[in-house]
Amino acid sequence: MRRAVAVVSAGLGRPSSSRLLADRLAEAAGNELRELGDEADMRVVEVREHAHDLVNNLVSGYPSPELRGALDTVAGADGLIVVTPTFTASYSGLFKAFFEVLDLLDHDALTDKPVLIAATGGTARHSLVLESAMRPLFTYLRCVVVPTSVFAAPEDWGGASAPDLLARRIGRAAAQLAEEIHRRGARAHRDPFEPTPFQELLDGG
Amino acid sequence: MQFGIFTVGDIAPDPATGRAPTEHERITRMVETALKAEEAGLDVYATGEHHNPPFVTSSPTTLLGYIAARTSTILLSTSTTLITTNDPVKIAEDYAMLQHLAGGRLDLMMGRGNTGPVYPWFGKDIHDGISLAVENYALLRRLWREDVVDWQGRFRTPLQSFTSTPRPLDGVPPFVWHGSIRSPEIAEQAAYYGDGFFHNNIFWPKEHTRRMIDLYRTRFEHYGHGPADQAIVGLGGQVFIRRRSQDAITEFRPFFDHSPVYGNGPSLEETMRQTPLSVGSPQEVIDRTLRFREDFGDYQRQLFNVDGMGLPHKAVLEQIDFLGEEVVPVLRKEFAAIRPAHIPDAPTHESLKAAR
Repeated sequence: MRRAVAVVSAGLGRPSSSRLLADRLAEAAGNELRELGDEADMRVVEVREHAHDLVNNLVSGYPSPELRGALDTVAGADGLIVVTPTFTASYSGLFKAFFEVLDLLDHDALTDKPVLIAATGGTARHSLVLESAMRPLFTYLRCVVVPTSVFAAPEDWGGASAPDLLARRIGRAAAQLAEEIHRRGARAHRDPFEPTPFQELLDGG
Repeated sequence: MQFGIFTVGDIAPDPATGRAPTEHERITRMVETALKAEEAGLDVYATGEHHNPPFVTSSPTTLLGYIAARTSTILLSTSTTLITTNDPVKIAEDYAMLQHLAGGRLDLMMGRGNTGPVYPWFGKDIHDGISLAVENYALLRRLWREDVVDWQGRFRTPLQSFTSTPRPLDGVPPFVWHGSIRSPEIAEQAAYYGDGFFHNNIFWPKEHTRRMIDLYRTRFEHYGHGPADQAIVGLGGQVFIRRRSQDAITEFRPFFDHSPVYGNGPSLEETMRQTPLSVGSPQEVIDRTLRFREDFGDYQRQLFNVDGMGLPHKAVLEQIDFLGEEVVPVLRKEFAAIRPAHIPDAPTHESLKAAR
């Protein structure tokens, strides 16, 4: 089956280590999906490109066409890979803003969606950001967060005592995400404008 | 087709002077604006309802009752009446009274309100917003249509042998529109009853507004009220008009930039591209408004927002002059020329009375 995976990367630098990590996760997840017999359609969303539109949406209430496209990519995906830099002990404000806007426009946009959470940071001491901030956020958004999360510290890009540690973790997380996506049927088309028959509303539905 | 203006009733400082009108000034000017709208040949004047500063419109029937006494032709309406936090019994009574005093020149638009604390201030929970709108309106309809009502529901004390007085004028309840920006349940509600559906058509891109209106039209047909293109649709829109386009932009920009709803978001130009906000010459406003029909189908009511955001009273009155003298006459002609014969007008007291 054809599976769309949205890869949301919120790094600010160009190139950013968050995007570097996102690309490796995307590649690994795509390979795992193909191993399972699926077609993998990986779609990258660079949050930085929508920075102004996100703030505009927060104050004006509606998305620009470009932001709408990015939000639709995420809402329409079979699974997500989300990567944030660690800023002041949490996900970045811009990363959060993206998911705030998505949730404002459609509370059920991410319900039951498989998600792989990942983060980068200036030191390995930040790695619990994944368990203290990212996992609760996506649980709140009613996602199914796969057990393995991936944090990349500076030493993971070179000089770590166990050089393949990050690669192994990427492989394990990607396999979990692919399995979670693969074992599901085709994603049902959701229409937020689907009416509830009025009799149900009258009956207190 | 009906053309009119609708106000939110906000008090804001004029960015040029920093001075805001007093409540008394604002209220007096709202009355003058309504009188001016009738004088300019507009069809509808509608006021909002809010229960918190910086708004002055907590008592719409008092305001509209006074305007009714000083006008003779203009139709009075609301934008919106809070069906969630008001007691539906009091709405039935107040608006029936107003309908009598206005000689039938009245309809209403139901809305839920978007100010969070208003719900708890009135003893309600915002999470019940849709349920309140559904239950309260169902009761309101019965109070206007049945002389004696026995009723029990979730949100208000039960009624036994209750008669809402005065009874609607000529036994014809006021026509009701349901306003909602983004709740499909409200479009569904309007469709279920065959009532009107109004989209404020401010802030949101047309793709969104079209989905709401299409939903209402489809369900209107589903519930057997007639073909989808005969559903009763109203649209808002915000305009600022000057003889020359560039003068309109230059004069409007500081109000836009300081506006609590528009300010610090997308620029004026960007907002005009993405939303129905129309700032320019009379011809530009005409062209923009004609496009609403292309986007949303033939519709029955067009209301413009021309005041608020601290706009000086003189500029507001000049907007009504532009609308009455140059914009609306052309729109009436153009819309009439392209409108198929089977498209109905919005119901009025007279038409509902005749159809009884």
